[in-house]
Amino acid sequence: MKDEASTKPRMPDEVGVPDPFQYMHPVMKSNYGNWDWHDRPRPGVLRHVSKSGDTIYTIRAGTQRQMDVFTIRKLCDIGDRFADGHIRFTTRSNIEYMVSEQGKVAPLIDELEREGFPVGGTGASVSMISHTQGWLHCDIPGTDASGVVKGLMDMLHDEFVQEKMPNRVRITTSCCQINCGGQGDIAVNVQYTKPPKINHDLVANVCERPAVVARCPVAAIRPAMVNGKPSLEVDEKKCVCCGACYPPCPPMQINGDDSTKIAVWVGGKHSNARSKPTFHKLAVANLPNNAPHWPEVKDVVRRIIEAYKDDAKHWERMGEWIDRIGWKRFFEMTDLAFTKHHLDTWTGARKTMNTSAHLHF
Amino acid sequence: MKDGETGDDNKELNPTPLLDELEGGSWPSFITGLKRLRDNADAQYSPMVNDLLGQLNHSYENRLGYWKGGTVSVRGYGGGVIPRFSEVADKFPESKEFHTLRVMPPAGYHYTTDILRQMCDIWERHGSGLIAFHGQSGDIMFQGCTTENTQKAFDELNEIGFDLGGAGPALRTAMSCVGHARCEQSCFDEVRAHRSIINSLLDEMHRPSLPYKFKFKFSGCANDCVNAIHRADFAVIGTWRDDIKIDQEKVKEHIAEKGRKYTIDTVVSMCPTRAISLNDDDTLEIDNKSCVRCMHCINVMTKALSPGDDRGISIMIGGKRSLKIGDLMGIMVVPFMKLETDEDFEKLEEFSENVVEFFADNALEHERVGETIDRIGLPAFLEALDIDVDPNMVNHPRTSSYVRTDDFDEEAEKWFERQAAETAAE
Repeated sequence: MKDEASTKPRMPDEVGVPDPFQYMHPVMKSNYGNWDWHDRPRPGVLRHVSKSGDTIYTIRAGTQRQMDVFTIRKLCDIGDRFADGHIRFTTRSNIEYMVSEQGKVAPLIDELEREGFPVGGTGASVSMISHTQGWLHCDIPGTDASGVVKGLMDMLHDEFVQEKMPNRVRITTSCCQINCGGQGDIAVNVQYTKPPKINHDLVANVCERPAVVARCPVAAIRPAMVNGKPSLEVDEKKCVCCGACYPPCPPMQINGDDSTKIAVWVGGKHSNARSKPTFHKLAVANLPNNAPHWPEVKDVVRRIIEAYKDDAKHWERMGEWIDRIGWKRFFEMTDLAFTKHHLDTWTGARKTMNTSAHLHF
Repeated sequence: MKDGETGDDNKELNPTPLLDELEGGSWPSFITGLKRLRDNADAQYSPMVNDLLGQLNHSYENRLGYWKGGTVSVRGYGGGVIPRFSEVADKFPESKEFHTLRVMPPAGYHYTTDILRQMCDIWERHGSGLIAFHGQSGDIMFQGCTTENTQKAFDELNEIGFDLGGAGPALRTAMSCVGHARCEQSCFDEVRAHRSIINSLLDEMHRPSLPYKFKFKFSGCANDCVNAIHRADFAVIGTWRDDIKIDQEKVKEHIAEKGRKYTIDTVVSMCPTRAISLNDDDTLEIDNKSCVRCMHCINVMTKALSPGDDRGISIMIGGKRSLKIGDLMGIMVVPFMKLETDEDFEKLEEFSENVVEFFADNALEHERVGETIDRIGLPAFLEALDIDVDPNMVNHPRTSSYVRTDDFDEEAEKWFERQAAETAAE
């Protein structure tokens, strides 16, 4: 094999999605598809009992997601010394250790906490924020992701390690309006406020102009000759500052140090439990992109979380709570402004209007 | 390679005053982690991470990003690497190339500590030492690799059984929930569905030639823990057709522990279709014909209630994020399909291949399948895939009269024939 490799370039072994059974905890493997019930003995711990009578305890802890190899090895050391050497990650980048004996739960929690990994994220908690790459690695970011998340999770640490919210709270962040972070009970997303600034010297060489024209959702971009060079121009009255032209045409810079702002959205929900899945709705826009602590964003998120915690009924998600109390009270309780920009003007906007005599006073 | 250069002539540390601010607080700090890599002076990646921190601090100062894309790939594949070239390489030359390898995780995100350590060792040899578990795409993201080292890192990861994920206009990496491995609410074998579909369509992942991206996600029940309805072009959601299973003794225990009022408020009153009532003897009565399989009561009473035995999947098509027409959720296209036997899985695989083929043939460039459906109308999509219409596909029938209905009787006849066939089958 090795001789062959030195003469011929190695071609990929197209293995596809790896088989997880080789890595799965043996109790999970032997009870695959045969579980009976679960409960949560304490925040951060799940107990699943199989129809065979087997039990597995899961201990969940927060991570920084973007991990250096030393952090990963530390998590592995903990897994080898205090758990059974098997781990998994959740959709929200929490790490989970599985142990088959109850006696292993408390020492594992102690060790995780000693090493600075908060144990929690289960049930009615604020779990880890699902987020994007931001300035660390994205080619079009308006803000950072990991930094915003670090600041928010520092603030929300207590709500991660306990289960004292009305229901689970899922927060997301996105560094541009494509919204890779996804829908959330609370979504902290970049909101551009100015049309792209075009470097006309570069457009002809860098951008496939017809593709850029086609990308604009409001047909505000058209080909133009500028200073004798083929370029593009933007009808700034039509432009909705979405940034869709920027990825295929980097000379159309959508970001500006002051014009890139943050908007906070509320009431998105993935689960089908009780109400159908929903999209998040605008709560507030135009918050400053104030690195490294984003205090204005944190303040808004804190106010929304406090109002929800204080007023929602057990099992109501953020959007369901607002559906009950009405948007008027939501804006009052969070001390946020309701403006003309909260009225949707996009396709399907009419379906978002109140066409009934149902009112909240 | 660069050992001689970087080891001795250690460049000064870039100042990172703004990033330093992110090292306090109680949540684990990614900055502290990056500094551990930077300060591992003998490592090949130390200078790269020093300049990465310098560039990131520069972004924090100026509130702008400084990466641009490009083209980097490994032999035999057209996707799976996210190229990043620095626009400020004059100031921070060591991180001028900082590519990400998207690597597909095992279905359900299971690992041993041993396999994680092997990944760390490979990434210390060839990359920056920074790994994300996991990105929004569902991939393990090996972040920070030079163009030269990309092939080496991939070869070693591939040798230990891992493969690149999707990027660009291609089949993308899929996600599945923990499901059967640990969850009693799971209604189908997520690992098998996930692996059999993706691994049968790998060519579409490794050699991108679709109009745009196409994503699969697999959730074992309607709690949809991998956010499939919002985020997947093809969402597979577990469900069941028969009655919810009730253990009335455990119902009584739940009420004895939590109280009758609490049970009424959190279970009975929160049923979206008013299908539950509490009997005077503290047992539950469920109107299963009205139940919509939302999972709420089962989430609350995890010991007393569980999904029925006649389990299977629903398939929803067309979820996506904002660009460019706004966020879309998947539309219910297959309300129920059994997924137990080999034949069932083959049928699912075939259906998924047909949907991807339809997408390849009919979507415009840079159009997601949800947008294609909006453009051509759901009836045309269903006809192309030979799917019968079903009332579960809509919130309510159309409200606009602007439609040509001269073949209504023939269509109605099809409905009655199907109904008769179903009754006969039962």
